Amino acid sequence: MVDAAKKILVLYAHPSQERSEINKPLFGATQQQEHVTAVDLYAEYPTFRINIDKEQQRLRDHDVIVFMFPLYWYSTPAILKEWQDLVLEYNFAYGANGNALEGKTFLCAISAGGSETAYQADGYNNFTLRELLHPLEQTASLTGMTYLAPFALFCARSAFDENRVHSHIEDWLRVLSALSNNTLDIALAKSLEKLNENLNTLIKD
Amino acid sequence: MTAYFIQAFIYLSAAVIAVPLAKRLGLGSVLGYLIAGVVIGPIAGLVGNETSTLQHFAEFGVVMMLFLVGLELEPRMLWNMRHKLIGLGGLQVGLSTLVVMGIAFAFGFNWSIALTIGMIFSLSSTAIVLQTFNEKNLTKTEGGKNAFSVLLFQDIAVIPMLALIPLLALPELIEKAQSAAATAAEHHEQMSLVAGLPGWAYGIVVLSAIAIVVVGGNYLSRPLFRYVASSNLREIFTATALMLVIGIAALMSLVGLSPALGTFLAGVVLANSEFRHELESVIEPFKGLLLGLFFITVGAGINFDVLASNIGPVMAMTLGVILIKATVLLLLAMIFKIKNSDRWLFALSLAQAGEFGFVLLSYTVQNHVIPVDLAQILSLVVAISMFLTPGLFILFDKVILPRYEQTENTREPDIIDEKGTVIIAGVGRFGQIVNRLLVTNGFKTVVLDHEAQQVENLRKINTKSFYGDATQPDLLHTAGIAEAKMLVIAIDNPDRAVELTEYIKHTYPNVIVLARAFDRSNLYRLRKAGADFMVSETFHSALQLGKYALTHLGVHPFKAEQQRAIFFETEMAHKDTLYESWKQVTADDKHLVHYRDMFIQLEETLSAAMKDERYRSFSKMERGWTPPPKENHTAFSKSEAD
Repeated sequence: MVDAAKKILVLYAHPSQERSEINKPLFGATQQQEHVTAVDLYAEYPTFRINIDKEQQRLRDHDVIVFMFPLYWYSTPAILKEWQDLVLEYNFAYGANGNALEGKTFLCAISAGGSETAYQADGYNNFTLRELLHPLEQTASLTGMTYLAPFALFCARSAFDENRVHSHIEDWLRVLSALSNNTLDIALAKSLEKLNENLNTLIKD
Repeated sequence: MTAYFIQAFIYLSAAVIAVPLAKRLGLGSVLGYLIAGVVIGPIAGLVGNETSTLQHFAEFGVVMMLFLVGLELEPRMLWNMRHKLIGLGGLQVGLSTLVVMGIAFAFGFNWSIALTIGMIFSLSSTAIVLQTFNEKNLTKTEGGKNAFSVLLFQDIAVIPMLALIPLLALPELIEKAQSAAATAAEHHEQMSLVAGLPGWAYGIVVLSAIAIVVVGGNYLSRPLFRYVASSNLREIFTATALMLVIGIAALMSLVGLSPALGTFLAGVVLANSEFRHELESVIEPFKGLLLGLFFITVGAGINFDVLASNIGPVMAMTLGVILIKATVLLLLAMIFKIKNSDRWLFALSLAQAGEFGFVLLSYTVQNHVIPVDLAQILSLVVAISMFLTPGLFILFDKVILPRYEQTENTREPDIIDEKGTVIIAGVGRFGQIVNRLLVTNGFKTVVLDHEAQQVENLRKINTKSFYGDATQPDLLHTAGIAEAKMLVIAIDNPDRAVELTEYIKHTYPNVIVLARAFDRSNLYRLRKAGADFMVSETFHSALQLGKYALTHLGVHPFKAEQQRAIFFETEMAHKDTLYESWKQVTADDKHLVHYRDMFIQLEETLSAAMKDERYRSFSKMERGWTPPPKENHTAFSKSEAD
């Protein structure tokens, strides 16, 4: 029996899109996907006045929640933090009656300037990307969501010149459709360091 | 008097019937006028002898057109064109004259007659070509610009030609004319400042006339226009503009220069002026009507008797002229690297003979260079070649352009960006700020204001702005509303802002209208008129000031900002219901109470929203960076906040 396609909500946060080489085309391709609702948070809330009711309804309406952003100081751009602070309310996302997010899947799609070797215990960033995202992983855990490894592009500043953007987008679209068709190996996806290590074993046919 | 009325009516009704029809059939307005002329002249015989007199009068349309062309050309642009002007234009006139002369010579004409014919046919029709370029939006294309350089050179070249023609007079024609000399002499007598002057004095007079135009245009016109504009009488501004153009034309005629050239020069001098768009909009209708009249007279002037008896030679010569000119032009286009469809546009658009041909012809007859019967035939060739020009444009549109269109698609956006993408009507306290924001972000704006002083002040700080009443459709048209992306209406007259919105949304539905509203009811009226975005001029600044008041009453600045935002959002959330009830109020008075109730309700909602934020308990969700409840802190170990 085939499950109904899962609905994916992509919350995209990039504060200077006119300079974006990775995230903007990535988001553009995401917008074209079936079963995906793609939200440009900075466009929708240029003054950071986030509509809490609207955002909570969006969360209720989807099965997979994605944060898509360039890594800023080992964390999300400010609006995504604002979004968490406002939308993930007591008795909505957590607390006695706060179970709206339970059973959903959460992951991040990230571009990082440093190389993968920099994001190691012995690299200059001292921690792996997954370790640095622990606050988000714990947020997912507290709200009852399944946390998947981040889909990440390293050395993002040179990706455009080295023609890595196209294949990165292709990989991302594969992940999106696997998420909505339920053909992604969730157990494996939870355990990886980054989601796009080996998509061929991760995605079942 | 009655006869004049009847004639004017005939001319106008012919134009009114034929021109829209021709336009609808895709033939262009010029062909419409020409056909109207043929119908009322040689075919129906409604008009007759007066056409040649009228034609001289209508040629003033060409003078006005060159004034308008000059207005579009800043002196710097003219200087940049100088190589093309002299190279391309000079070669076109020279080569065409030589080839036509050679052929005429081969047919056994006297060399002086052959040379004159060459000169007559080397000129093209500024009137038809520029009018058609305008109509078809070809002015800014590569082909259009090059054609313009050539036309401008031709206008200059007419002057030495007129000087040369009397030297080519045929002795036998002079003898023949001796008998009629008495009447002819009377006819020739023209007012002139330069008649009988020696060469050096003539030079001085000509140079000082040009100096008067340039210096006067630069330094005297502005105070004059400002003085006239301050009277706020639009018809006096129109009178001033006409006075200027006619005055220059008169001056140029007096010193024996081409009036068209003189007004062109004046136009260039005024191209940087803040009154440019207003001048354009004032002169434009006169030019349009006079040019139309001119084309009608060309059509009406075709002598069917002469044509019928010489149909073979006339048609052969016409086609020959077009063929020779087009070939020369194509050759030049190749040399000057004009590419693709522009090459064809350049060659086909200029292949006809022009109105200056008529001028030269009548002048040659007067000076006994060409016999009258030959002049009549040549005059038909000129007219018919002009008649065929719209056909050449249609050939270009339907056959040549489609071939190149696919390969040229990548170049299209260049043309669109030529005019300002945003027109700002009114640059007082409000529009000025909008303009600064757009300009500092690299967007091209055209700024219009009806206060000459305001425009002058803005020009001092390098803001490109133009004097004129932005609610006048023709001014908006010359400012490029048809190509503009949006119009910012920031004028301070609420009623006219609504009228302007209505007009724009009706005539140019694709232009986005952003309007400044004086107050709430003005805002609703603007919305009803179709404005896309409206902002009450005081709303945001009042809220901002209110926020400062809150802050200084002890409210934390961040909280005060949130309250400001909530106020704004509540207002926005109710705007549609308020608007709907306002519409009913305006429909009848019975709903006034309802509207007032709506207002009171809005006030209540507002204060509820403000209080909600502060006092809501956990029975309803409190909003905004709210910590979890204290009593539950230990019970829900999930909570990380404290």
